[in-house]
Amino acid sequence: MSGFQKLLDIDRRWIFLAIAIAVVVPFFKPLGLPVVVTEPVRNLYEAVDELQPNSQPLLLASDYAPSTSPELEPMSLAILRHCMSRDVNVAVMTLHPAGFGLAQRAIGQVAAEYEAVYGEDYVFLGFQPGVSAPILGLGVAITNIFPEDAYGTPLSDIPMMEGIRNYDDIPLVITLAGWSAAEAWVYYAYQPYGQRVGAGVTAVMATDYYPYLDTGQLVGLLGGMRGAAEYEVLVEREGKGVLGMDSQSVIHLFIIVLIILGNVAYFMTRKSRRLAAQGKE
Amino acid sequence: MRRQIPLLLCFVAGTFMAVQYFIPHHAVQDAHDRLLGWLQILLAFAFLLGTVSLIRIHYHKIRNRAPDRGYSFVTLVGLLGMIGLGFFHGSHIQPGSPFDIIFQNVQVPIEATMFSLLAFYIASAAFRAFRARTLEATLLLVAACIVMLGRVPIGDLLHRGIPALTHWILNVPNLAAKRGIMIGVGLGMMSTALKIVLGIERAWMGGSE
Repeated sequence: MSGFQKLLDIDRRWIFLAIAIAVVVPFFKPLGLPVVVTEPVRNLYEAVDELQPNSQPLLLASDYAPSTSPELEPMSLAILRHCMSRDVNVAVMTLHPAGFGLAQRAIGQVAAEYEAVYGEDYVFLGFQPGVSAPILGLGVAITNIFPEDAYGTPLSDIPMMEGIRNYDDIPLVITLAGWSAAEAWVYYAYQPYGQRVGAGVTAVMATDYYPYLDTGQLVGLLGGMRGAAEYEVLVEREGKGVLGMDSQSVIHLFIIVLIILGNVAYFMTRKSRRLAAQGKE
Repeated sequence: MRRQIPLLLCFVAGTFMAVQYFIPHHAVQDAHDRLLGWLQILLAFAFLLGTVSLIRIHYHKIRNRAPDRGYSFVTLVGLLGMIGLGFFHGSHIQPGSPFDIIFQNVQVPIEATMFSLLAFYIASAAFRAFRARTLEATLLLVAACIVMLGRVPIGDLLHRGIPALTHWILNVPNLAAKRGIMIGVGLGMMSTALKIVLGIERAWMGGSE
């Protein structure tokens, strides 16, 4: 059996082991690769940067589940830090049932860092079932969908929500989603109400949203951990996004090497496989 | 009547929800807002339906002593345990409550780990299955390699042309293809919605014809 054939028949557990090493080592020996900011991320950053302090809130829809939290939670933390460092009020909600605990965790962590006051600087509205109904309903009246916050306090008793009736009083919505919630916000918030929407999605999904960026239906887009890393660079507070970039660089290079090796081995053994097939006939 | 009433309801509700976009009168908009509220109630009951269905399936597996009933037992213990904890602590889950502790320390790491396993399988698939057998496959592989490099910092370091090429791939051919797909999907959605509202498509009713 030639070397190339042995390579093709390699036990895939060796590949798994190599991947594990490639992921783990950069965390202990950082490469310090610089993260270059791209236009979609910069656009979203500037949209948040334009928001007025202590005024109408940013609505952050943490519509992600634990499975996509490694990519999307760094985005959530970076956006919350951006808002709280500029005293921009934030109202957080979620359309995913498992997003409740994740949103609560993220906002609790950042609020503690900036000593933000609940009800004055930020509010957690909680979870609502459905997609089209709550998004459309927020355009009519926020209290139709969230009559009280996640802890049972009526919105009318929350200082920062005074005078905030519907999308007319929300300058920007950012959705962080690992499923189709991001485009639902475009369909049901942007299209009927003209609400400005930004999105953070997983890297796999990011390519689906370039049409919305091109038409201006999304003001900006964060794609995967790279998007989170770019936003962290802009906010000047590096977190898990930047930390993960070294590992991701090594992994992507490794996968490209595997693709090349696999194809070289395939073509080098093609003749022998053809001969073997003819011999069987 | 068993089939006519649901079809009639579907027709009336579907037609109303489509037409109300074009009628700004407050009575129509009020009716629309009320329907949205009903929809949310229905969705909440869908969660209940899913939960009951899950309990039934796994209960029957345990009762019938199916070979993998151990997993069903774990599923039911987890499900009923979390439901019980959630109800015990009232309607507002606070950080640090037992429900939250189990969610943050069990469900979140488990789900994140399951999704992260994809990285290993993708690497193995890349080696074993991604073959440049045809022109199209070769183009796909080359584009994939360029985008993979362009979306990580090492691509910026290797050559400044890599991120630029990645940007072009995402904003031109990718965008064009996605837009075409979305238009097709949108037309398909409109057609399917029309068929459902008009009662031509009745698979949603279940049962026999």
